[in-house]
Amino acid sequence: MLRVDVSKQLGEFAIEACFASEGRVTGLFGASGAGKTSLINIIAGLLRPDRGIIAIDDEVLDDTADRVHVPAHRRRIGYVFQDARLFPHLDVRENLDYGRRMNRLADDPAARARVTDLLDIGGLLDRRPGRLSGGERQRVALGRALLARPRLLLMDEPLGSLDEERKVEILPYLVRLRDEAGIPMVYVSHDAGELRQLATQVVMLKRGRVIAFGGAEVLPPAASA
Amino acid sequence: MFDISSTEWTAIELSLRVATVATLVATPLGIGVAWLLARRDFWGKAVVDALIHLPLVLPPVVTGYLLLLTFGRRGLVGAWLADHLGIVFAFRWTGAALACGIMSFPLLVRPIRLSIEAVDRRLEQAAGTLGAEPWRVFATITLPLALPGVLAGMVLGFAKAIGEFGATITFVSNIPGETQTISSAIYSLIQTPDGDTAALRLVVVSVVIAMAALVASEWFARRALRRLHGN
Repeated sequence: MLRVDVSKQLGEFAIEACFASEGRVTGLFGASGAGKTSLINIIAGLLRPDRGIIAIDDEVLDDTADRVHVPAHRRRIGYVFQDARLFPHLDVRENLDYGRRMNRLADDPAARARVTDLLDIGGLLDRRPGRLSGGERQRVALGRALLARPRLLLMDEPLGSLDEERKVEILPYLVRLRDEAGIPMVYVSHDAGELRQLATQVVMLKRGRVIAFGGAEVLPPAASA
Repeated sequence: MFDISSTEWTAIELSLRVATVATLVATPLGIGVAWLLARRDFWGKAVVDALIHLPLVLPPVVTGYLLLLTFGRRGLVGAWLADHLGIVFAFRWTGAALACGIMSFPLLVRPIRLSIEAVDRRLEQAAGTLGAEPWRVFATITLPLALPGVLAGMVLGFAKAIGEFGATITFVSNIPGETQTISSAIYSLIQTPDGDTAALRLVVVSVVIAMAALVASEWFARRALRRLHGN
């Protein structure tokens, strides 16, 4: 279970968010500028809340009252950024292996094969990120995050920088990931259609505040999406 | 004309040794300082920045004299080092390396700092979310991506070190076989009657070394760039 109850002032903008989510995929929904990215940066430990608590199951990651702040690299929270952020000097194989090395996990060829199969990136292993398409990059970024064996996976509009065709290319992988990988996810999007396909729970954000929480039914109806 | 004498060889060999040692010792330090200046905000940062650049704007003879006051036999640091560690800089080739290292430091640091600043911090964040502690982020992401700048800084620093004259001659004098580098040998030869041909030979050697350094840096930079953006 992911428990979030934080506030953070960012210049003129304030985030006040409180929710607890049990779902396999928690959708964070809102227009751009609603504070979605800032909120998952707080969950990832990249931003420090001014006040509040972040906890996964019984483990507290942030508690300002107790001065607890677990740094990002010790949270075991995977993060798939909108812009992939693959390491340009490493090839795909080394990018995929990075999290395992940094977490000092044993080599696990079976896990690697499973993830490369799931994401269909087996043919890309020797390439540099500079020679991948946008959709391929995003799949590799997903694989890289998964192979670090996170206990929670954050995805910040992973389809945001892709055109419609690429989105349709990636979405099935995300559905498979949800159904097969068994890692809880927080999925950020401003696209209600995407979340309707993926999210098991939805947190709706507006101007930094949670304005609705529930199942896919809190999303605006398809016609207006 | 091209019959290089043994004194001249000694000066060439000494120059190469002094510049190499100065560059190799200064590089890790320079990387650390460049990283601090590029990535950290701390009290007194402007002062540190100014101090590093001081040798660039001070008259070299002033820097040399300050080195003599500090690291000379009776200098504050020099006396302590000589008594406790047996390290003597004054009138030794190691002193020449120290002078060259300090004089070339600003030229070494600057390209490294710029290239560290150019590394996308979002990549460093991504490495953090994959479990990399800050020092490993630096070792596996920042430093490899900044490598072209590190090499450029090393070459610039080396070139400056090999040509350094004012601070070196002030601090460690001009002793053949111990502290007489190419530059101070040329200076002595010009002062000597009939020294012109020998001086010219050393001038040619300096030009060759400088050109070789530039070509090498260009080659490293190209290779590094290919490694980074390529394919």
